[in-house]
Amino acid sequence: MTEPDVLVIGGGTAALCAAISARRLGASVLLAEQAPKGLRGGNTRHSRNLRIRHESLTPLSSGPYPEEEFWSDLWHATGGTSDPTLARILVQRSAEATDWLANAGVPLQPTSSGVLPPSRKTAFLLGGGTTMLNALYATAKRLGVEIRYGGEVRDPRIANGRLERLLYQDAGTARTLAPRAAVACCGGGQANRDWLRAHWGETADGFINRGTPFASGEILEALLRQGARAVGDPKRAYLVAVDARSPADDGGIVTRIRCMPEGIVVDANGRRFRDEGGDTASTRYAIWGQRLADCPGQIAYLILDARGRRAAPPSLYPPIAAETIERLAARLGIDPGSLAATLAGYNAATRAPDAGADEADWRTFDLDPPKSRQARPLIEPPFAAYPMRPGITFTYHGVAVDAQTRVRLRDGGVIENLFAAGMIMAPNLMGRGYLSGLALTIGVVFGRIAGEEAARHAGG
Amino acid sequence: MPVDESLAESRRVLEICNACGYCNGFCDVFESAERRPTLNEADLVHLANLCHACRNCFHGCQYAPPHPFLVNVPRSLARTRYRSYLAHAWPAALSGLLARQALAAPLIALGAIALLVGLVLVLVPPEVLFASQAGAGAFYRILSWEAMVLLGGLPLGWSVLAIGLSLRQYWRLTRTEGAPLSTRAIGAALRDILVLRNLRGGGPGCNDLDDRFSHARRRLHHAMLHGFLLSFAATVTATLYHHLLGWEAPYPLLSAPVLLGTLGGILMSLGAVGLAWMKWRADPEPSAPETRGLDLAFLGLLFLVAVTGLALLVWRETAAMGLLLAIHLGSVLAFFLLLPYSKFVHAGYRAIALLIEAIEHAAVSRQ
Ligand SMILES: Cc1cc2nc3c(=O)[nH]c(=O)nc-3n(C[C@H](O)[C@H](O)[C@H](O)COP(=O)(O)OP(=O)(O)OC[C@H]3O[C@@H](n4cnc5c(N)ncnc54)[C@H](O)[C@@H]3O)c2cc1C
Repeated sequence: MTEPDVLVIGGGTAALCAAISARRLGASVLLAEQAPKGLRGGNTRHSRNLRIRHESLTPLSSGPYPEEEFWSDLWHATGGTSDPTLARILVQRSAEATDWLANAGVPLQPTSSGVLPPSRKTAFLLGGGTTMLNALYATAKRLGVEIRYGGEVRDPRIANGRLERLLYQDAGTARTLAPRAAVACCGGGQANRDWLRAHWGETADGFINRGTPFASGEILEALLRQGARAVGDPKRAYLVAVDARSPADDGGIVTRIRCMPEGIVVDANGRRFRDEGGDTASTRYAIWGQRLADCPGQIAYLILDARGRRAAPPSLYPPIAAETIERLAARLGIDPGSLAATLAGYNAATRAPDAGADEADWRTFDLDPPKSRQARPLIEPPFAAYPMRPGITFTYHGVAVDAQTRVRLRDGGVIENLFAAGMIMAPNLMGRGYLSGLALTIGVVFGRIAGEEAARHAGG
Repeated sequence: MPVDESLAESRRVLEICNACGYCNGFCDVFESAERRPTLNEADLVHLANLCHACRNCFHGCQYAPPHPFLVNVPRSLARTRYRSYLAHAWPAALSGLLARQALAAPLIALGAIALLVGLVLVLVPPEVLFASQAGAGAFYRILSWEAMVLLGGLPLGWSVLAIGLSLRQYWRLTRTEGAPLSTRAIGAALRDILVLRNLRGGGPGCNDLDDRFSHARRRLHHAMLHGFLLSFAATVTATLYHHLLGWEAPYPLLSAPVLLGTLGGILMSLGAVGLAWMKWRADPEPSAPETRGLDLAFLGLLFLVAVTGLALLVWRETAAMGLLLAIHLGSVLAFFLLLPYSKFVHAGYRAIALLIEAIEHAAVSRQ
């Protein structure tokens, strides 16, 4: 292992884009990915689409998505928390993202494949993030990037506005590195249980980490400790509803539960607590993540009857089923009387839509909380339940960066040779909220910038 | 692995696929699986035969080993597909030939060649057999036309019957209730077969050897299939020459049967060698080891037929012609005999699977 001009820490979208871009400018690059080869690529492994500006129709999306619309979507979704300079860069340069990826060998899936959900604002990776990673790793290797798997980087030392050295460690090596520049692309700390517990208390024990177990947040934490400026809020996380039976880490996309409008959601006491018909946008399952975090024991159950179960999308695990609602309650460990009473009260309150109205206009009458749409009575046995927990995707906590992605210091100024891209700096752009495909776009756009800036710094 | 275990594993992984859907741009398997959420036996057999084993869905899988979900779609479907070959063999008693192909194919090939060589040694006087023959009817001085037709026709007839019965059984199991067969669907299925659309990986190609994209396997398969069809066309034109025009083989170098056969033989040999090389070099993870014998034996058989045919062409005017003819006819005999009990059967099942997809697509787009 030689001392590189540019050290790239991480192995997901941001890291690969940075490594390839730096190498193309002539820098020698070492990419250290903490995961073993078979599990390389962080949360990028699990991703599928990215959000791109395009002023005209393209083969990858169903209509134009102009700059101002992207800008205003971003603004609304994040409650105006975006750094305006970085947000403008993101929106503008997102237009280059798919061409850049295609040029690096990444296959994209055209809408003409006929099997994609209609999407005007995002482009789909053919085969998803893992396929993209395969192409990016192959390209990086071909260009001469040195790639180390199972290589953890830690203990960055910052002094006088410079990154002086870091520790690199894998199964066979442990050594200090002092690259001319480094790019931190190591994601957030959402897989670090201690770290989550420190911010969320016991609630964190009820979380399931949807993505990589290698998002340890080690570098993020070390940088913050040494004076890097924080952005976002460590107590905020992007949570979605996932099956409570999912593995503690890395269950990925298949663990999500999305069909709340088909049934009712009850907590461990067998009581409803939210309008299950209220949100029908594509973000609905994301809204439930936070609600589950607020439930006793961070668990709740989506109750369906046979009709609802038929309407539900395929799931990783079959729901827990029983002939009667009491027996279902017993299997879930909920008080049977309580669940039966909730269901009876709900069923009695449901009202069919007026003749000729939309079938989805079933609603409850005089029920608290109401179910405002799709409130069909649950009467057809067998009954079934999906136990659900909050699934954490990332936290809204990162390091502040400038327009060249240099990490900023709390006391002003920047760390001149340390750059950051991807989730570790994403809270500069979204302090809260989310737009589908935004995370990957942040990785591509700022990964490229960080790689180029790092190479320039190393060369100059 | 017992039958139901292979089915259970295919069901387990495809349920995960149905909840994910990221691979739906690679080939038709994933959309088809989504239309079949119950994934019963017939569904799984259909999906297994629809799978062209392109491997993109393995290398691109977020759940492939070492992920604890251990999703390996190509391997699971290869197993189910293999089981379906065994289950539909007719008569069932001969399915062992498929299962022990690595032994059966070489033995039968050797046996058939030995039989033919023995026959000509016994029946043909040495001064005829080892003389250099030339001119019309040279082949028939070794073995009469009638004998050749008998030796080829009988086993071929049997094989066509056996394959037909297997396909009928398979079609009854996997066809879609209530969806009508149309000429449009047949046209679409034929196109899919001829261009191998499902071996394009949705555009970039397939992960033939490792996680990089390539079009090599599709091209080699084209060489093989088209070589096979050309050789078949050579036989048909030769038969027409013989019967309609009364011309007797061997035909001149620049005649249609010889040109077609030569090109076909060369393409088949290249295809067989290339495909075998790919099997050798490819990452073994996304394939099922127990199907290797079947695959390689069939490639070996095709290679044998092609190469002995080419050898016969090259040395047909020498003293070696008699024996070369016997060896070539022996390989063809073995090939014909093994048709229903070799990897050849994949062609029919895959064609039906593609036809079913085309029928379902036509039904969907009509709605
Ligand atoms: C189930 C799921 C689906 C998603 N779908 C989408 C989607 O469709 N579109 C979208 O835009 N976003 C999606 N996301 C979010 C998106 O995948 C991530 O936000 C994005 O991949 C982040 O990229 P990144 O490069 O910053 O980090 P990651 O891809 O998470 O990569 C971080 C890398 O750093 C490595 N690492 C960590 N610490 C160290 C260390 N100390 N030393 C060395 N290496 C280290 C990790 O091993 C990992 O390789 C999804 C996330 C999940 C969980």
